[in-house]
Amino acid sequence: MTTIEDYGKFETAWCPGCGNFGILNALKKALVACDLAPHQILLVSGIGQAAKAPHYLKANVFNGLHGRSLPAALGARLANPELTVIAESGDGCLYGEGGNHFLAALRRNLDLTILAHDNRVYGLTKGQASPTSERGMVTKTQPHGAFAPPFNPVAVAVTMGASFVARGYAGMPEHLADLIATAIKHRGTALVDILQPCVSFNKVNTYQWYKEHCYELPAAHDPTSLDDALRIALEFGDRIPLGIIYRTERPLFEEQFEALKQGPLAGQEVSRERLQKIMLGYA
Amino acid sequence: MPQDIQLLIGGEAGQGLVTIGQLLGKALVRSGQEIFTSQSYHSRIRGGHNTFAIRMGTGPFFASRESIDILVALNAETLELHREQLTEGALLIADTDFAPERPGTIAVPFAELGPEKLWNTAALALLGQILGLAPEPLHQAVEAMFGQKHQEVLAENREIMEKSREWAENHAPAHDFTLKSPPAAGAARLLLSGNEAIALGALAGGLKFCAFYPMTPATSIVVELIAHADSMGCVIEQAEDEIAAINMAIGAAFAGAPAMVATSGGGFALMAEGVSLAAMTETPVMIVVGQRPGPATGMPTRTEQADLEFVLHAGHGEFPRAIYTPGSIEDCFELTAKALTLAERSQSPVFLLTDQFLADATRPVAPFDLAAISPVRAGTDPRNLPTPYQRYRLTPDGLSPRLLPGQSEYLVVADSDEHDEDGHLSEDHGLRIAMVKKRLGKLKLLKDQVVAPTLEGEKNAALLLVCWGSSLGPVREAAAILNTQGRRVAVLHFSQVWPLIPDQFRETLEAADQVVCVEGNATGQFARLIRRETGFAIPDRIGRYDGLPFTARYILDHLENLEAA
Repeated sequence: MTTIEDYGKFETAWCPGCGNFGILNALKKALVACDLAPHQILLVSGIGQAAKAPHYLKANVFNGLHGRSLPAALGARLANPELTVIAESGDGCLYGEGGNHFLAALRRNLDLTILAHDNRVYGLTKGQASPTSERGMVTKTQPHGAFAPPFNPVAVAVTMGASFVARGYAGMPEHLADLIATAIKHRGTALVDILQPCVSFNKVNTYQWYKEHCYELPAAHDPTSLDDALRIALEFGDRIPLGIIYRTERPLFEEQFEALKQGPLAGQEVSRERLQKIMLGYA
Repeated sequence: MPQDIQLLIGGEAGQGLVTIGQLLGKALVRSGQEIFTSQSYHSRIRGGHNTFAIRMGTGPFFASRESIDILVALNAETLELHREQLTEGALLIADTDFAPERPGTIAVPFAELGPEKLWNTAALALLGQILGLAPEPLHQAVEAMFGQKHQEVLAENREIMEKSREWAENHAPAHDFTLKSPPAAGAARLLLSGNEAIALGALAGGLKFCAFYPMTPATSIVVELIAHADSMGCVIEQAEDEIAAINMAIGAAFAGAPAMVATSGGGFALMAEGVSLAAMTETPVMIVVGQRPGPATGMPTRTEQADLEFVLHAGHGEFPRAIYTPGSIEDCFELTAKALTLAERSQSPVFLLTDQFLADATRPVAPFDLAAISPVRAGTDPRNLPTPYQRYRLTPDGLSPRLLPGQSEYLVVADSDEHDEDGHLSEDHGLRIAMVKKRLGKLKLLKDQVVAPTLEGEKNAALLLVCWGSSLGPVREAAAILNTQGRRVAVLHFSQVWPLIPDQFRETLEAADQVVCVEGNATGQFARLIRRETGFAIPDRIGRYDGLPFTARYILDHLENLEAA
């Protein structure tokens, strides 16, 4: 049995009160709930304050480029389908710089989990608007307020046919740990958009603000209903629903590859006989 | 007597000229002939003018010739565009509708031979008769293309081919282009393009993963890989863009799959940050860049050697790399396999820099000795490692044990930030210096493995032609022509342009009376690199940057201009 101690304790580079702490603890609890040992997991992140999270627990880690956590995660998963792969990064990384990969990953539906630390601002670069910043949010680089309406990752994921779409909140760690565990166990690409305050740079969406706006989806919500999911996904304003918004079953992307039926690619021998035959086909 | 016949088939896209060329090429190789084929797409002319060139005879041939002995014009435009290139006594094969009145013209009444959809096989059979090829290899090639499933298609093709051959027997004028019987047929040979050889080399070298975004002239490598992916146990994935492609390849390589990407200049520009990521995380990846003329979209279906400096410097920060530049079909195979191995050993990005000319050109080659190549194995054995395991343990040669995530209970941590030996990000300045030195220290391994340039000819040549990559074939032919005229010409070819080991070639440069660098670009990038690394300034250069490949004629004409100047 894995315990929370197996995941270790590390000093972090986060501000006191950062939402990342709640997410990190929820992730550790979820991994314990899934009974996964650190070496069975690969955390893949991009760049940003959120993308540092994988350094703060014991696991295999690939901390790659800004925006590119998903393609690296996908490559790793396609090389070794026995790994539990979790892509973890912020809203700027996953929805901004990596937007194209986000759409493509949802379409592909590999068995991987996407944890989006969504604080609706750029933290590491000190407070510029992010794709999910509220309209009118004034920053040093958006002095007249963010002009474009915020990106709604949950609604986009539902319309892209993502097989698991959920929203959590860093201030509700038990609820979040359950969501993450369910996402990891889900067979397919699972998105958990995690709202979190940024105590240093987002003065709009504070702990108090989230407390006033978030609510847990009632048990009556049927996440298998696309119509209901779309309606809930578009609800993002005065009231913000938390929980599993949509889930469906789709074929796994990995299953189309003959080679992966034999397990990790690293262990597979190259057949000289077959290659000889292929080569002589050019004669 | 050696025999050297240049055939050119020209027409619009969709007229089946590539089919004629490929089938004739196959039949010629099976008949024991030496051939060299190249393809060209004149996309700037309305209607689209394409050509398929086959040089044939006793060879071996390593480039096309500009002058044409047999021109097959599938449309009138082909006549106008290539009339000037015809040799004395050349044959010109065209439909009666537009065949000109001139000696050597064979005006073929294609409409009388059969329906238009079969005219390409009619032309194929007619060419076979003129060249003196037996009918069977051609029929076999056609059958191999359509397969046994389409019996009625095969029957109508065979019928028109027989008719066409009979017509040619009765109507073709006397000519000099009957192929001599080749020496007794030896072992089977492979008719391979540069890109097909790269794909085979990758499979032989142990490739397990390739991600790509389609881009001419690299796409056909991947098409070839995909055809064999299931039987060879490879995962090939079309990415959403080139940035994704290289990050996928790096992720796959990190998790244990020998990996590659294949692209051209514009796509590679998008990959540049990924190159830097591979270097920082010390993840092996092979990057194939098939050059075409730039800047920007440039001339997408044409050739050039102008991305040398780009590939040499792509990726921010300082780190070692190796760049192979194959000069032949055989090089494409061998260097690809070698690149995969070197990438794994050096835990670094390794490049294969080719171009459209080499990518699409075909030539018969002896089957490769697959037993001579050991497929690369990713990672280190986790047993008997010093503990605690550190992915970036500082070692004298800069190489740290590379474990694969999930392979053992050891945790593997890789970071694009500067990191400590455990792989966790660090801003310690002393550690920074140690890590920079560690990465740069791997240059020694790359240098130990360098493929030395090859010298063809004597060291104290009167004229030394220096070249790299695909220019080898035409440069070699130009040198051979000059040598038959009593000149003392040697060729120094680099199939690896980085790292350079000056001791391997400086003396050769200094010993020649005259040195000319021949490369397919406008500014002399390789000559500049040689000067930077050796101090030797190559005084004369021949460049080509009109989008077309070098030919011996082009090089000889420009050498004359140099001498006149």
